[in-house]
Order: sequence, then structure tokens, then C-alpha cells
Amino acid sequence: MANYKITQISVFIENKKGRFYNVTKTLKKAGVNIRAMSLADTMDFGILRFVMDKPKEAYDALLDEDFIVKRNEVLAIAIKDESGGLSELLKTVSDLDLNIEYMYTFVNALEGKAVMLFKFEDIDLAIEKLSEEGIELLEEEFFRRV
Amino acid sequence: MFWNKEKETMSRKEIENLQVELLKEKIEYAYNNVPFYKKKFDEYGINKSSIKTIEDIQKLPFTTKTDFRDNYPFGLFATDMKKIVRIHSSSGTTGKPTVVGYTKNDLDVWSELVARIASYAGVTDEDIVHIAFGYGLFTGGFGLHYGLEKIGAAIVPASSGNTKKQIMLMKDYGATVLVCTPSYALHIAEVAQNEGLDVNKDLNLRIGMFGAEPWSNQMREKIEQALGVKAYDNYGLSEVMGPGVSGECEAQDGMHIAEDHFIAEIINPETGRWVKEGEYGELVITPLTKEALPVFRYRTRDITKLTSKPCSCGRTLARMYKPIGRTDDMLIIRGVNVFPSQIEEVLFSIDGISPHYQIIIEREGALDTATVLVEANANLFFDEMKKQRQFLDRINYELKTTLGLDVKVKLVEPHSIERSEGKAKRIIDKRKF
Repeated sequence: MANYKITQISVFIENKKGRFYNVTKTLKKAGVNIRAMSLADTMDFGILRFVMDKPKEAYDALLDEDFIVKRNEVLAIAIKDESGGLSELLKTVSDLDLNIEYMYTFVNALEGKAVMLFKFEDIDLAIEKLSEEGIELLEEEFFRRV
Repeated sequence: MFWNKEKETMSRKEIENLQVELLKEKIEYAYNNVPFYKKKFDEYGINKSSIKTIEDIQKLPFTTKTDFRDNYPFGLFATDMKKIVRIHSSSGTTGKPTVVGYTKNDLDVWSELVARIASYAGVTDEDIVHIAFGYGLFTGGFGLHYGLEKIGAAIVPASSGNTKKQIMLMKDYGATVLVCTPSYALHIAEVAQNEGLDVNKDLNLRIGMFGAEPWSNQMREKIEQALGVKAYDNYGLSEVMGPGVSGECEAQDGMHIAEDHFIAEIINPETGRWVKEGEYGELVITPLTKEALPVFRYRTRDITKLTSKPCSCGRTLARMYKPIGRTDDMLIIRGVNVFPSQIEEVLFSIDGISPHYQIIIEREGALDTATVLVEANANLFFDEMKKQRQFLDRINYELKTTLGLDVKVKLVEPHSIERSEGKAKRIIDKRKF
């Protein structure tokens, strides 16, 4: 069965010089490639979210370095890379009454298409409903290929 | 366990009569041997006949830390160096250290009183006691050491520092009792956990005797859980002797004061008058049997309350409760009186909060701001910003409800708050007055 659940890793960082770098340094040492990321920041702290080619290795490496790390599952949705592409998808999501916790983009993914990463409140429900609507979900496997 | 049942169960009347007698003797002794007190007592028109009842102690002037400084180093000593056998002193982080001296007899009394509080906590001659208080000028290490030796326990004088080695010693020597500051106990637990130790299997600890800094009941629970011990509080300060002034019994409802050696009073720190029994105020202590250094009405600056009601353990000695703060670490932030212990209590009531925190006070323009730093951990980290904010807002709300003050809460990375092997540094006041 196709696996649409993409492992996402979130890291707590203080809003201080060099903290972000320390995270990327750790990932580099673990030989992990970042495929997509976002940073939600406040005055004091930030939440870094990553999708990587080797999530398990990344998670272990970050834990070893005493970072505060959480694992989550997100969906990768392909949309038309043209005006209204995102709007169309969000209309579907809204009509289906699915709750989005947050989302971010993954550029340069597919020819002619944009890929967005979504954290839904209920991922299983989202997979079911979106598949029924014919929305293109990317498989986990996709992120493992460099 | 009783150590000296006769003294621990005297009637209140007997206690007061004894205190009055000892106080009168001490006044005469100090008048004849300490010029500082001769002058003071003359000034106040005090002699031993001024004391008829225990209430009359209020006629005496207070002694403060400043008096110790003004008479630095040995001006308050009542005996010459021939009779002095030990000298301790405070860290002196703020100015000259406070120097205290002991005669042979003073040391005997000290050991006796520490043996008493250790017995209250259930320590016996079968125990192996790991002492991780610094040995040196600080009274904690030697004070506990000789008292526990008097009980007949096997002592491991580990002193402070090198936590990993301390844990190895506790494990290999099978320590059953740990003596240190409460914040260091937590640090030990944390390091033990990082080393992959199971405290219940690898360590044999059953009792913890913690003191030398204020700690809350929530912190007690954390320590008990993390180290698998029953944690007992005890109290003392070098100016009146050192540890052994009071300690918790099995009832853990306040610390019994060795009233056959000390008179404890609670005063309003502003007016200097007695407060009603059971009300909070500043603890004032008069040691009654010290030879080297008689002191009268020493202002401890610790805020606590007393009760002389009988305790379920059978002891009649009055009890003092955990100090909730110090008159000098009471923070006045935007006109609101705040004790760090109140902040600690709120933090520790929230599940998953690590015991390491720090309070930073700053002044922005004319406005004081307080920020509490809390170390983040996986329990406090939510991948969703909304939940993260809600969590911080909740702490902020709880603090506001308790303190009546808006305190900013800031999550910091693990291990970014400095660990202490002695007294924890909880407050950083950056204001310039």
C-alpha cells in the first residue's frame, strides 16, 4: 500500500545566534539532506520543521546532541504551479472540513507542479478524503530520492 | 526516632523556664566578655534581672549581619584563641565574610544537635551517609559530618564537585543517606539518569537530608521521585551555630527547633515587633549555650512562621516552617512583593517542567520586568505554535494569579541554565538602583 505519511521532524531552538546553524551542522554530520523546511519564529524561540531524506538518522543525531525534537507526520500535496493552484486546493480542503494546523512549501519538486506540506489535525481522515477528491498526494518514498 | 527523649519532650513550661535561666546567664556572660554587648546592654539598661519571663527577650537589641562585619574578624568572640578550636565563615559574596568560632564545648553541642535532627529523619548507626556538602569554611559539611559520626553512621565525606564520581561512590559504597543542598540533589538525579542509572536498582538511598537553601514541597516531591528517597529538611545558620538549629521529624510538618539551646522569635521585619503565633515574619534566633560567640536576637532574614502546638511525633519542641523566602531576596517588582519560592511553587505545579529555572529582573525605562526562564524539554515542546503559545500563556496566567504580577515566561534550551553544586543561583537582578 502506498505510504503517504511523510515523517517531519520539529526542533525547538532558542532565538539566539548560531542555534539554527548548530542544527544544520548536526544534520550534515549525520549525512542527512533537507528536502523541505520551515521556520516558525517568535521573539524568543523558533520551531524548525524539516522533511528529510533520512528522518530516522536525523532524529537520532539531533537527540544525541540534546536538541528538543518531536516527530510528526505530514502530507505532501502536489498542485498545479499556476495562479489559483493553491486556492483551488484550499477550497477543497475547506469543503471537506479538514483542519490544517500549518503548512509550508516545498519548491523545485516536480516539473510544472508545486508541492505543499500540510499538517492536518487528522492525517488519516485527510488521506482518505483528499484521495477521494483525486488530489495528488506524494508518497514517502519520493522524499528519500535525492 | 528520639535521640534525647527527655529534652525533646519537655513541657512548654519547662522549656520556657530553662530558656529564661539560660538567657539570664548568657546576658551576664556576654556583658563580662564581649565589649560590643557590654556597650549595647549599658545603652539599653539591660542586665540579667531584666529578664523575668520569656517575653522580656524583646527588651534586648537585635544583632545583625552588619554587627558581625563591624566586628570583623573576632570582635564578637567571648573567649580567647586558646579556647577556640574551630573557625568557620560565610562565603562573603557581599563584602567581608562573617566569621564564627567554636570552643570544644560548642562543637560537642553542635554534634549533639545534628545527631538529633538526623535521628528525627531516621538515620541510625547502620546507615552509610554520603555527604556532598562542601567541606571547608561553610558549616554544612563539618556540621553534618560530626553529628552523623556521633550517631555512629558510616560517613563518606565526598564534599562537593565531580558529580559523576559522586554517583559512582554512592553506588559502589551503597550509600543509604544523602546529605547536600536540594538543588544539588536534583542535579545528581539528572546526571545519574544521563549515565543510564536506575536509582531504584543501582542506588541504595533511603533518606535525604537537604538544607542550606530554601526549597518548596513540590521540589521535595521531585527529589523523592528522582532519587527514591524520603527527603527531610533541616535548618541552621552559621551565625548562631550552623545546621542543627531545627530539623523535620517523621511527621514532616515543620522543623523542630532545639529550644533547649535556642530561643526562636518571629518579628515583623519592619517594626521589629512580635507577630502573632502562626503568622509569617522574620525569624530571630538567640543561641543560649554558645561559649565562643554569644549572640542575642540574631536577625536571620528568613521569612517563616512558628507553632508550639504539639506534634504528632510526640515532641514538644516548637516547629518552624520552611522559610518561604528571605527579607533580602524578597523582590519588589513594580511595587509587588515577590518571593522566588512563590514562582517555584507555580512552576513545579505544572507537569513536565524541569526543576531548573531562573528569574531575571530587568528595568526597561522606568518599568521593571520579570522573566522566568524555564528549560524546554520534549514534554514542553509542541510542534504547533498555537499549542506552544497556549502552554506559555498558561504558566503566565498561573503566575499572574499567584503573584499579582505579569511575569514573562521564556523557554530556553536544555542545560542552558547554569547548574550549581552548592546553592543554586535562581535570581538575576539586573536592575541598577
